[in-house]
Amino acid sequence: MSGESGAVRLSAFDRALLAGEEGEAPKLAMRILARMAEVRGAESMLDIEAAHIDSTIYVGDAGLEFAERLAGLGARVRVPSTLNVSGLDEFHWQEWSVPPEWAEKSARQMRAYDSMGTIPTWTCAPYQGRQTPRFGQQIAWGESNAVAFANSVIGARTERYPDLLDICCAITGRAPAVGLHLDENRLATRVLRLRDVPEELAAADDFYPVLGHLLGPFAEDDPVAISGLPVIPEEDQLKALGAAAASSGAVALFHIPGVTPEAPTLADALGGREPAAILDVGLPELRAARRELTTHAEGTLDMVVLGSPHFSFAEFGKLAALLRERGPERALPDEGGCELVVTTSRAVRDLAERAGLLEPLHAFGGRLMVDTCVLATPMTPGTTRRLMTNSAKYAWYSPGLLGSAVAFGSLAECVESARRGRVVREPGPWDP
Amino acid sequence: MTVSDGGARLHGQVVVAGNASGAVLYATQPLSFWGGYDAASGRITDTHHPLAGATAAGTALVLPATRGSSTTTAVLLEAIRRETAPAALITCGVDAFLALACVVGLEMYGRSPVLVSVGEDDFRRLADWPRLEVADRALTRVDG
Repeated sequence: MSGESGAVRLSAFDRALLAGEEGEAPKLAMRILARMAEVRGAESMLDIEAAHIDSTIYVGDAGLEFAERLAGLGARVRVPSTLNVSGLDEFHWQEWSVPPEWAEKSARQMRAYDSMGTIPTWTCAPYQGRQTPRFGQQIAWGESNAVAFANSVIGARTERYPDLLDICCAITGRAPAVGLHLDENRLATRVLRLRDVPEELAAADDFYPVLGHLLGPFAEDDPVAISGLPVIPEEDQLKALGAAAASSGAVALFHIPGVTPEAPTLADALGGREPAAILDVGLPELRAARRELTTHAEGTLDMVVLGSPHFSFAEFGKLAALLRERGPERALPDEGGCELVVTTSRAVRDLAERAGLLEPLHAFGGRLMVDTCVLATPMTPGTTRRLMTNSAKYAWYSPGLLGSAVAFGSLAECVESARRGRVVREPGPWDP
Repeated sequence: MTVSDGGARLHGQVVVAGNASGAVLYATQPLSFWGGYDAASGRITDTHHPLAGATAAGTALVLPATRGSSTTTAVLLEAIRRETAPAALITCGVDAFLALACVVGLEMYGRSPVLVSVGEDDFRRLADWPRLEVADRALTRVDG
């Protein structure tokens, strides 16, 4: 495994792990981490307080073999470690079109990570549960949207941990001291300036995925500030913004002056320096980005899918209100109508159930998928070719992962489209 | 390491060493391997990407970096397992996601694409290389 890179100053603990003094699993994990620390040019390693493991998604036998190798070596996590989505809804996959071989392997991968003393959250939105990190904490999180949220909205500190490395950090409790773990790399170097965005539009849920979609290619992987936002966004709106920006780009940290914790002002976000790049964004650019998220502009739909990142308790509240308001009349799937599917975590589902928020969805004939998402599992039938969603992440990845065309719309448009089985647009703040 | 291009010699960084050669697949847009690379066929499937539809298995894939999903590493590792990975990966600056998949590929399967990081100017020079060879720690243009 030879390659050119500098030396990393390892602690006595790091060296003990490398020597196998804590067992074979930490030895393997530290060997990979130490090599990656060299590749990243880290001077040293640091302690982490929590991890979020994205390696849980079954995408092929290699990830499974890696998980089972670690589990077979008796791996245990050293810090509280939440789990990202799996390759299937563990207890309900039989109701969907999952090949048994996939289900078996996906379940084996779940068992392998379960066996390491992890917290079985099975969600891509671990920041909307009890395991939410705190401001300033050093953590090692995988899952691009979760990384963006943890860094930006909470002010915890994590690099974008890829699959395979997140679990190495969890097993050792260590991470290379590089990138967004360090103060000096958290300042914005680019600014996206919103120009004349009406308050009504900035308050709309479907504004944030569109803004994120624009933010990704501009920011690339540099910390970025957004100025000129005329409202204080809600948590789920910031979640949608980060997920979109981490799909169209590699955004891991954004600052919004007066909103996010490391940016009381734009000057604070920039550390008093001039930005290296500025992008002015007004209504024309936003409208163009919104159109770009849609590849299926009109006509019938196979499925309306909500919940990437996983639907929150508050989002279930909004959905329930919309479904009640519009009534249960609809075109049924066998009468030319389409499916309505919501992806979420077990914990949020249980809370929503207890709060009575799932009744309108059940009455509508909508379905819940927990532990996973339509992108990470073959649970969705291969005949699903025309999707509608309120998620820029679903809209971005569905064409490549599912081979489907996508319509992007607001939650209300998604609900109305699900009722009619075809793409419905509603008048709103996007209109000229 | 050295990049040879009509007599010009420039320096890059070998992240994972080895010998490889292949047709150059070049793009200036980053790629997410999750949703963008089919480990079963070795094809690029990201419909947003200019290389969509191209077979990358066995090639010298030249990309500035990866983008988006943290599952990129698991997909490249799966491609390494199935031997549908590129023979060489050339990035503009070190891409930690690709590096990790290669490092774990060596741990798990004893093989990996050769991974080389070059600077911006060198990266642009690779645009019109038809094929390239990585051997003895040098990147060489191969015509025809």
